[in-house]
Amino acid sequence: MIDPIFLVEAVVNGVLLGGVLALLALGLNLIFGVVDIVWIAYVDLVALAMYAVYFLVTLYGVPLWLAGLAGIGVGAVLGVLVHLLIISPILTSPPINQLLATGGLLFFIQSFATLLWSTDHRSVRVTLPTLEVAGIFVSFTRLVAFALALVAMIVLYLFLTRTYTGTAIRAVSQDREAIALMGARPQRLYLVTSAVGGAMAGVAGALLIIQYAVHPYFGAAFGPLTFMICVLGGLGNMVGAFFAAFIMAQVISVGGVLVSTEMGYVIAFVIFIVLIFVRPGGIFGRRT
Amino acid sequence: MSPGRLAAGLGLLVLVLVPVLPLGAAEEYIWHVIIQIFFWSFVGTAWSLMGRFGLVSLGHGAFLGVGAYTSVLLWNLLAMTPWVGGPLAVLLALVLALVVAYPCSRFQVVGHYFALVTLAVGEVVRLLIIAERDWTGGSLGVSLKTAGTASGLWTLQFPDKRVFYYVGLGVWLFGLWVWARVDRSMARSAMEAIGEDETAAAAVGIHVTRFKMGITALSAALTAVGGVLLAQYLAYANPDTLSGIGVSLRIVFAVVLGGMYSLLGPSVGTALTIALSEYLRIYFGIKLIGIAETLYGLALILFIIFLPAGIWGSLAAAWRRRATPARPAPA
Repeated sequence: MIDPIFLVEAVVNGVLLGGVLALLALGLNLIFGVVDIVWIAYVDLVALAMYAVYFLVTLYGVPLWLAGLAGIGVGAVLGVLVHLLIISPILTSPPINQLLATGGLLFFIQSFATLLWSTDHRSVRVTLPTLEVAGIFVSFTRLVAFALALVAMIVLYLFLTRTYTGTAIRAVSQDREAIALMGARPQRLYLVTSAVGGAMAGVAGALLIIQYAVHPYFGAAFGPLTFMICVLGGLGNMVGAFFAAFIMAQVISVGGVLVSTEMGYVIAFVIFIVLIFVRPGGIFGRRT
Repeated sequence: MSPGRLAAGLGLLVLVLVPVLPLGAAEEYIWHVIIQIFFWSFVGTAWSLMGRFGLVSLGHGAFLGVGAYTSVLLWNLLAMTPWVGGPLAVLLALVLALVVAYPCSRFQVVGHYFALVTLAVGEVVRLLIIAERDWTGGSLGVSLKTAGTASGLWTLQFPDKRVFYYVGLGVWLFGLWVWARVDRSMARSAMEAIGEDETAAAAVGIHVTRFKMGITALSAALTAVGGVLLAQYLAYANPDTLSGIGVSLRIVFAVVLGGMYSLLGPSVGTALTIALSEYLRIYFGIKLIGIAETLYGLALILFIIFLPAGIWGSLAAAWRRRATPARPAPA
């Protein structure tokens, strides 16, 4: 029998992992909900933002907080570029072609990163003390990243609910034909959404680089999980994805401690497959 | 004899003669590349059986991995001949395909959702192979135990590459034959109707679930055959090279590059990608690792935007237009 203290620690780590996954899923879900295209390469954009922060800090000696902000900018620019260069020419193509085009981008980013920066694992080491509460060890770095991730999500929420552009973006995701009749320009909104989604990738990258090492296949490691979370929460459903992220993170973290790391993921994927059949609209969606 | 048939016959003759031609010192290498093209083209053709009807699977690595690992492990652990282990492996892949396909068609999991479910299935298989490392070798992969002096037809191990060359050629032609059979069958019309509108297809009396499961089972079984043969040829199986997302996407992309709606499209795409990566590998050597894949990814994006029917698909369409100029292109 496993010492309960490890289980509690696994739960706590699961919550922290959940924050990371929720942040990753949020930007992807925003883009999916509005532009109706799954960016298979989304997590690879996150990896590029991580590289940007890494090089700014280690090569140019930029302070971490400033590099992090720059990373958000890099993410936003990448989001705009992806939309203008890849998505807008195939906006009316069959969904499968769109999926495959961003899949090509995934190959391109992963191998171009290998070409430029080799397969070395790189991370920005932030040495913060480890907290010990009642025998449970929690990394302070992860705690800070978790808090900042929550802040980013709240900012996104306020942007979507309190600003004019945010309201228009939500309107597109509800009915893309009607919004054009209301006088808004969907093309411009798509661009803004891609920029915001890209900026969220930048935020995720800036917060991830202080916890994880980045390497060309970082996107492959976190990508599948991120889609599963979006689908589980209901594609386009922000709140759903947020909770789905924490559920999946718990399964992975606790399953990892109880069985093995791989089996934790296997259980999570199997739960995903089964839930798709039972609740195709996501765990919080209504069946149509 | 039409020029098309003549060209096909000549091409086939050249392929049959390659192993007897004097190719000098590089002959083993040339055979190796062509053998790989045969096997992967076969797998790509199997994939396109589903893909062309809108059933885009991003998890064919699962069937490939189940096929390869089952037969290799049965041989390694129980000394079971691939003639028994192979069919068992295909059977296992078939069961997996049906277990996934049944709920998918019952609950109308289509489009993005189907792609993501199959993606998850592929990951599950890869992770299980890694997790059961005590007998699968985990992420280090597993080598096929050599049969030594017993190599031959019974063990399906041949030191001579030329044997695998003809096996590959045969299997590839078989794959094309299956593709053409499906193309001319009633199933094709039914599947096309299902791909366009499932509810409407069901309304005119097409048994949606049966057709979908049938085509998925066929595609998965052929893919597993490819997995068994690739493992026999390479004498090695690895969760990343014969299973998982990387392989699954590679299959899909080769097919898309060539064109998934035409008979030779998957083969042309596979041949081009393998030839390109081999060429770049030799040209750049160990410098610039990743350049092949970079160009590959770039080509994919450009192809999907500008040439969605693929290289071969577009060429074939242009040829048909030239041959019959009066007929307007079907919408």
